[in-house]
Amino acid sequence: MKRTFFVAAAVLAASLSGQSAFAQTLKTVKDRGVLSCGVSQGLPGFSAPDDKGNWTGLDVDVCRAIAAVVFNDPTKVKFVPLSAKDRFTALQSGEIDVLSRNTTWTVSRDTSLGVNFTGITYFDGQGFLVKKALKVNSALELNGASICVQTGTTNEQNVADYFKSNNMKYEIIAFGTADETVKAYESGRCDVFTSDISQLYAERLKLSNPADHVVLPEVISKEPLGPLVRHGDDQWFDIVKWTLFAMINAEELGVTQKNVDEMAKSTKPEMKRVFGTDGNLGEQLGLTKDWVIRIVKAVGNYGEAFDRNVGAGSKLGIARGLNQLWNKGGIQYAPPIR
Amino acid sequence: MTTDGRKPPSQFVFKLRRALGGQAGWAGFVFQIVFVAALIWIGYEIFANARANLQAQRIASGFGFLWQTAGFGVSQTLIPYAETDTYARVFLVGLLNTLLVSIIGIVLASIIGFIVGIGRLSPNWLVARIAGGYVELVRNLPLLFQILFWYLAVLGALPGPRQSISLFDEVFLNNRGLVVPKPLAQNGLTAFLIALLAAVLISTALRVYARRALFQRGQVVTIWPYVIALLIGLPLTAALVFGAPLMLEIPRLKGFNFSGGLRVVPEFVALTLALSTYTGAFIAENVRAGIQSVHKGQREAGASLGLSHGATLRLIVVPQAMRVILPPLTNQYLNLTKNSSLAVAIGYPDLFSVFAGTTMSQTGQAIEIIAITMGVYLLISLVTSAVMSFYGWRLNRSLGT
Ligand SMILES: N[C@@H](CCC(=O)N[C@@H](CS)C(=O)NCC(=O)O)C(=O)O
Repeated sequence: MKRTFFVAAAVLAASLSGQSAFAQTLKTVKDRGVLSCGVSQGLPGFSAPDDKGNWTGLDVDVCRAIAAVVFNDPTKVKFVPLSAKDRFTALQSGEIDVLSRNTTWTVSRDTSLGVNFTGITYFDGQGFLVKKALKVNSALELNGASICVQTGTTNEQNVADYFKSNNMKYEIIAFGTADETVKAYESGRCDVFTSDISQLYAERLKLSNPADHVVLPEVISKEPLGPLVRHGDDQWFDIVKWTLFAMINAEELGVTQKNVDEMAKSTKPEMKRVFGTDGNLGEQLGLTKDWVIRIVKAVGNYGEAFDRNVGAGSKLGIARGLNQLWNKGGIQYAPPIR
Repeated sequence: MTTDGRKPPSQFVFKLRRALGGQAGWAGFVFQIVFVAALIWIGYEIFANARANLQAQRIASGFGFLWQTAGFGVSQTLIPYAETDTYARVFLVGLLNTLLVSIIGIVLASIIGFIVGIGRLSPNWLVARIAGGYVELVRNLPLLFQILFWYLAVLGALPGPRQSISLFDEVFLNNRGLVVPKPLAQNGLTAFLIALLAAVLISTALRVYARRALFQRGQVVTIWPYVIALLIGLPLTAALVFGAPLMLEIPRLKGFNFSGGLRVVPEFVALTLALSTYTGAFIAENVRAGIQSVHKGQREAGASLGLSHGATLRLIVVPQAMRVILPPLTNQYLNLTKNSSLAVAIGYPDLFSVFAGTTMSQTGQAIEIIAITMGVYLLISLVTSAVMSFYGWRLNRSLGT
């Protein structure tokens, strides 16, 4: 609650100061010496502090990659944990430079919030988590159920649409933070916890007995999650966008954290462009020629980041699925670096 | 024809000057006007600048969003509401939910406060200690913690719908709330209500008569047996003649939950309990201070008139203590209302949660929404203060000061 007022005050202050401050995010970030990155309040696999207080996760790696291209130092990030309902205001007010917090790209967000989505880090969809003991096998059996959801999410609206389209009744209880939502679900207040499916897997880890809960097969929406920036600063928009694209291209080109130094010596024309030994694509972005090398050294390519945080190499163990590269059966695709 | 000669023309100007410039004369008057004009200008500049900048940043602005479809559900609505309704409707739903917890919270907190406050001064050692312990415990724990405690630890520990605790198979208590039979209006309702109204009116008249008899003639007239007979007898007769006024719809377990009946959701119960027990502890201290501020001679005077301990408290001490209690009591009422905005932590759909929370994040119109929300809380507070001031004014008048 305090945060909302604080953020609103920041919006007011920002609107008083004129918007020039917003037009040069890169310069602001460089002057500040640290990237301010909005993340979740703790969503394992996407953005959560580990036991030493270091933030890790797929969304976190995007922040680190940006810090790498700007500062050549992936640790120069200040992580700002945000609840779903406070996240956009924090970006609008300039409290953060980029929001990388499992946020769904929708037209209303893209147009009326004064933000621009830069790409898609994770193709997701909304689902339902229920207790196995309820013996429910399909979302269509949920008529009359109580549903816990986090407020300020697309999930809150999707669930309304879904139940209305299927002529089912439901009771929705919307909480401010993920922890509150999950606690209420666990206490039995709700029959169902709904969220993006990746987040259902992540939050399930927090339950005292994860194996007692099951994700229903229905996927009721499209949730393309990705980073976003303020509207009106094209250069910064390009930097964030191409940082993610570079990670995806790196995977496609087979560049990994391990072999990047080796690959950088390549004489293939495409590789020379990517690694900046030929041309100055990085400089055109306002960065340095070795920008891709910096990214891959910091966080690895997209596939590595995926596996480490949410995929096979992580506690979540989510299959690549849609997030596999386009030429390997998925739909993850980035425009070429040329 | 009457002529009204008493209208000195300078009266208005004089008043205006006194209100604006005080003793400073015309110079002060001009200064005040300039000052107000400057304030208005600054306000306008802020507004215009914010608007221009929002536009430049492509953030939607204006109040048009109020008429857009909200598209999300709300768990407790005092007025009919569907996902297809507008944000304006959401605002109303949230406002009513806030008023509901605030009003019920204020009533409960006052009751708790008075009982505990008086209890603390009780000559009975145990009662005084229990009351004191309550105050120390409750007011020293953070409110949010207490809300979560009631919600998760107390209400959350209730069994699920299928294992509900039931009373006569009509009232059910479970972790989805308290489900009670729902009264449905029947044909006899109008007659029943008319009879009840008549009984209340006649009883009031009786009371007026009895008081007159007491104060004017010193005669004690016992009216309570008649009043009880009236209040029960009349409506009962009406019901016998015209049929039952209400029918109860008994809740039944169906699927995940109970259908039919009325349900009080646990979010509401937890929030109301937490707010009223917490604020009650503060009110108890105000009450104690108020009572202690009444000179002990007053009690002794009461006792020497042969009044019992209770009667002395009720007739002599409390009315005088009220003058001291009232201003801090108003503060507590305002605090309770504002603290109700912690609701979002337990998913109670109050104004702050559905409007300054969900609506704001969906529309992104932080400035408009925060302005409306602040305005509403301000208005609620001002109305509360006004009601309390009025009460204080009447109290002072009746105490003859
Ligand atoms: N993708 C959806 C949902 C995002 C979201 O906030 N999901 C919740 C699921 S519980 C979450 O991640 N919460 C974590 C947190 O608030 O820290 C959106 O953009 O609205």
